[in-house]
Amino acid sequence: MSTSQPYTPEEYKRILETALLTTPEPLSLSDMKKLFEEEFDDDTWRVLLNDLRTEWSGRGVELVQLASGWRFQTRPEYQPYLDRLKNEKPPRYSRAVLETLAIIAYRQPVTRGDIEDIRGVAVTPNVIKVLEGRGWIDTVGHRDTPGRPALYATTKKFLDDLRLRSLAELPPLTEIERVMDLADAAQA
Amino acid sequence: MEPVASEAPQTPQSEPTHVAKLYGEPLPELPKDLYIPPDALEVYLESFEGPLDLLLYLIRKANINILDIPMAPLTAQYLVYVEAMRARNLELAAEYLLMAAMLLEIKSRMLLPRPKKIEEEEAVDPRAELVRRLLEYEQMKAAAAKIDALPQAMRDYQWVSVWIADAAAERLPEVNLHDLQVAWLSLMKHARVMQHHKVRREELSVREHMSIVLRKLQGGAYLEFADLFDLSLGVAGLVVNFLAVLELVRERLIEVTQREVFAPIYVKIAQAGNGPNDVDVATVHP
Repeated sequence: MSTSQPYTPEEYKRILETALLTTPEPLSLSDMKKLFEEEFDDDTWRVLLNDLRTEWSGRGVELVQLASGWRFQTRPEYQPYLDRLKNEKPPRYSRAVLETLAIIAYRQPVTRGDIEDIRGVAVTPNVIKVLEGRGWIDTVGHRDTPGRPALYATTKKFLDDLRLRSLAELPPLTEIERVMDLADAAQA
Repeated sequence: MEPVASEAPQTPQSEPTHVAKLYGEPLPELPKDLYIPPDALEVYLESFEGPLDLLLYLIRKANINILDIPMAPLTAQYLVYVEAMRARNLELAAEYLLMAAMLLEIKSRMLLPRPKKIEEEEAVDPRAELVRRLLEYEQMKAAAAKIDALPQAMRDYQWVSVWIADAAAERLPEVNLHDLQVAWLSLMKHARVMQHHKVRREELSVREHMSIVLRKLQGGAYLEFADLFDLSLGVAGLVVNFLAVLELVRERLIEVTQREVFAPIYVKIAQAGNGPNDVDVATVHP
């Protein structure tokens, strides 16, 4: 079968759609550019992808933009139904895991000691293992202090899995600085 | 359903000093915070994520201004909890004891009069470091809850991927009429070389050859196209043989595949349910 060149925006979108649906990983713009011989400017790509996203807006599946590219996913509101197909509910992470994750996400890169300082308790190796196993954190270096402790940071997969395009999209922290300013003012 | 006396029978105001009765014991006043049954204490204490978490709980439930913590009552309450943990043989992490020591130290430092000279230089509240740590921990605790509230892949939604059968089912290449022609011509060439100049009358039957071909392919074997032909049959025999192959293709009993142009052509028994698009049958109609 010979590949005929697509001509209309419709055809381009159908090809994009097929590629996005059949690739198990998110597709980056540079991946998608391999699909066509022609070169489009970024505006055209944006229009194509946004159109495609709009076309799927009424469905149970949606097109989302993530840190590492574009991907189709199910809408969260239908998850309870999908859960019925499985025997078990997806497990939730413990508070220890979540607090450790939060500290790494907001204060990265951090060492195990930094995490322990904030939480006031020892970080068990298991907590780190759980997060590493999920591919959400990894070691990005070592602090130049005795023992050379590993510095942890969050990964792109963490952003992808939480549907974030960048760390800037994390929920804002409560304003500790404002409270601390009040404290300083009270002392002065 | 009979009406159950859910409330303890109202004692007719005989004990006005007690606001309530619990397990038969009169309670002199309402508990100041959440009432914890003694048996539940163990579970409850274990739910704290560490001394900071416990301290935050004590501060928040008493509605204390975190910037002006009354050290004496807080320390006393903290020690009660720690003592309860010890009494119940909970494995008491060293952090809890360390925090107890820190609280006592802050408390004692606040009791001591400050030397005037130092007071002029820097009036550092001994509680400042504790407050900073408490606030930072509380902030991260809140952040953890917010992160947990975000929709999470595999828990709150799934990635969508259309299943493509590229691993399970072998991808079958397409064969067109031309490929068959080329294969046939090369067979004929061979046959010409091998030709015997004996003239014999032979009983030739397409159906018979179809069976022969099918038999060769029994057990799901993949044979090369050329292997289906017995060159000793002579040209006429080969023609019938070829017709048999075409007929088998037409009846979709066998599949003919070729990886690429001029690559060897392979033949095998067709599997039920396999797509008919391996060979354009209409064009190879004999």
